[in-house]
Amino acid sequence: MNEAKIAIRNYCLRYSDGVQALKNVDLDIHPNAINVLFGPAGGGKSSLLRSINRLIDMADAEETSGEILFNGKNILDKETDVSWLRRKIGMVFSRPIPLPKSIFENVAFGLEVAGEKDKDAIRATVERALRQAYLWEEVYDRLDDPGNSLSGGQQQRLCLARILAFEPQVIMLDEPTSALDPVITARIESLLQEIKKDITIIIAPHNMSQSARIADYASFFLQGELVEFGEGSKLFVNPQDQRTQDYVEGRFG
Amino acid sequence: MKDKLITRIIQIAGFSSILIVLLIFLFLLREGLPALSEVSFSDLFATRWYPIEDLFGILPLFSGSLLVTFFSILIAIPFGVGTAIYIAEVAPRRVKEILKPMIELLAGIPSVVLGFIGIVFLSPALREWLNLPTGLTAFTGALLLALISIPTIVSVGEDALNAVPQSYREASYALGITRWQTIWRVTLPAARSGMITAVMLGISRTLGETMAVMMVTGNAPTMFKGIVSLFKPTRTMTATIASEMGEVASGSTHYHVLFFIGIVLFLFSLIINIVSNHFSEKNRKDKEQVVS
Amino acid sequence: MNTANKPGAITTRKVKDSFGYTLIHIISFFTILPIIGIVLYIIYNGAPTLTWDFLTSMPANGMKAGGILPAIVGTLYLTIGTAIFSVPLGVAAGIYLAEYAPHNNWTRIIRIAIISLAGIPSVVYGLFGLGMFVLFLKLGNSILSASLTLAIMTLPTIISTTEEAMRVVPERFRVVCGSLGATKWQGIRRIILPEAMPGILTGVILGLERAAGETAPILFTGATFFLPHLPTSPLDATMALPYHIFVISTQVPGMPLQIQFGSVLVLLIFVLIMNIWATTIRNRARRRRQW
Repeated sequence: MNEAKIAIRNYCLRYSDGVQALKNVDLDIHPNAINVLFGPAGGGKSSLLRSINRLIDMADAEETSGEILFNGKNILDKETDVSWLRRKIGMVFSRPIPLPKSIFENVAFGLEVAGEKDKDAIRATVERALRQAYLWEEVYDRLDDPGNSLSGGQQQRLCLARILAFEPQVIMLDEPTSALDPVITARIESLLQEIKKDITIIIAPHNMSQSARIADYASFFLQGELVEFGEGSKLFVNPQDQRTQDYVEGRFG
Repeated sequence: MKDKLITRIIQIAGFSSILIVLLIFLFLLREGLPALSEVSFSDLFATRWYPIEDLFGILPLFSGSLLVTFFSILIAIPFGVGTAIYIAEVAPRRVKEILKPMIELLAGIPSVVLGFIGIVFLSPALREWLNLPTGLTAFTGALLLALISIPTIVSVGEDALNAVPQSYREASYALGITRWQTIWRVTLPAARSGMITAVMLGISRTLGETMAVMMVTGNAPTMFKGIVSLFKPTRTMTATIASEMGEVASGSTHYHVLFFIGIVLFLFSLIINIVSNHFSEKNRKDKEQVVS
Repeated sequence: MNTANKPGAITTRKVKDSFGYTLIHIISFFTILPIIGIVLYIIYNGAPTLTWDFLTSMPANGMKAGGILPAIVGTLYLTIGTAIFSVPLGVAAGIYLAEYAPHNNWTRIIRIAIISLAGIPSVVYGLFGLGMFVLFLKLGNSILSASLTLAIMTLPTIISTTEEAMRVVPERFRVVCGSLGATKWQGIRRIILPEAMPGILTGVILGLERAAGETAPILFTGATFFLPHLPTSPLDATMALPYHIFVISTQVPGMPLQIQFGSVLVLLIFVLIMNIWATTIRNRARRRRQW
């Protein structure tokens, strides 16, 4: 079993423009489960996801404190090899962003930058990843077409395949279905249920219903604070905190 | 590891332009400053340039450059700004797609080719039409140089007009103001700093232009004596360097003075470009304020 | 606004409007006219001279007969030489400004330096080349000195267009590359640079086009009046088309006009080809672009 332990300890994040995006967050991510982060926009979900794979390095200079432990190691350390980290913790964005390359090259990209040179190995991995993302049947005869020739739903699965290619331990998804219709959304959700056996999922859905639908564990973020955390089945039915209850019942946000 | 090395190389390349500007200035100073000790200040800023008799007064060259540049820009502004307005505000897409490459083509025509046209066509024609003793005059140079600065004015000016938010024009139309008045009263004033940049860059191009002006202005270093000077031969700073540097012994006084003129040109262009950049930055900031 | 409601005022405005419009049309027409005129004039007068023999033979009889081969070859050498020095440095500097440069005073100074370089008159570049390459580094009056001088003159164009071309590639690709474990340079090398390449090439060609047509910077750094043979080493001086045109149109009395026109036409074609090449690359890339 491939267990990925992510533990966030007293984590704070402030952007260079002074915005305090996250305040003293303490959170344990459950391995091999779907961990949902939910809450109103600007609550800090995206910032937290981008902290876990250090993508915030690419944003404006910021200040962080606390720890984010990945298998016991603080990834906020300067010495962390971010390329390695980002291969262990893959990320899917709210809008599908295929690279301006072919379908094949999109999936092979992560392997190639990781230094894989064996053409056959790459080919095999690309096929495996595309099959895993349930995209192979639809694209196997046009792998050389540009990635953005696919439909929106296919593109998002391509982005997922791109990550599955390098066998990550964790996949993070930031509002992955916000641009997709319900049918395709359902397909992607069942896909996530499928892969969570092997891979820890952290997802920030774009609406409440999706959160409630797929969460094994859920955490509610409001204005940079982690308000409440628990099993999805309990938290959505019987929230302990008044603010969570208000949000779940649709009184604000 | 490889990444670090490449990053470092790119960083060094990025800084190279500073080094190059410094080197250029350094070498101009090295070769040009001795002029100040070899020629007295009053002799240098005198009105006769006649190197064979050791007369190194650079004022006539100054006067020639100013004369040609001033009239050239006077001609270029209406055509350059007008064409920029046409391309940015009036022309249909199709026409625009033909016009822009043509302006680019004009920018690409080497100045020596324009100088050649000046010799074989423009100056004989002007001599006949205006009944002049010679067609190689400051005016001929000004006309040709206008062709050289127009592409600069058009392309920078067009950018400035395009940067004016569409909402300005819409607001103006909504008030019932006609398209032409909108261009004249709203769009053009809004693009003012950009237009100033365009004209200044045009001036910079004109002042620094060498070959065309050398070939058609008759190469006579004279002081400005009223408007008649426009229709007489003259000599610019650039043309002087280009035509005389090949014949002087390096290290001679004449050589040093030519480099000294180079320093003057260098400083002129530096000032014009930095000031015009200031205006284009201002233009950009104005736009940002509108957006935010 | 009251007056606007009177019928008379509206007519006046309409008249003004159409007058302004007509004026703009006339002005633009007279801007374009000389461009077309010059090109046609040169083609018309130069075409009869343009034979294979003219392009491929050496000048004869004090350049008053024969061809202009050494000038053509010289211009090719100078253009290639310029590219060798200016392209790597200029593109790298452009990448630095687009991708690496922090927002600080050093970057501001770099930008001011580039703006200054762009404005320096070509003849001043010639002086610098003479002072630094010909005399100080003792490279002499040579293809090498002239190429280095032209390269430095071309640098600001290449830097600015490279930076611009890199900047229009959307930021999201950089983020995605990073999220897939690519280092910054891998992302640039594999995604951003290829996407920016057409824009960079366009800038490079336009920069070299200008260098190929320049005379003033090579006057005292590498151009020579006449050469009885083709240059054999980078340290040889060379003939060059622009300088050749200057020489035969002003310095040689009794020069046959058709040879002058022929030489000008060759230079014009050279420049036109580069211009069309650049435009084609740009248009094709715009059509193919996936973002």
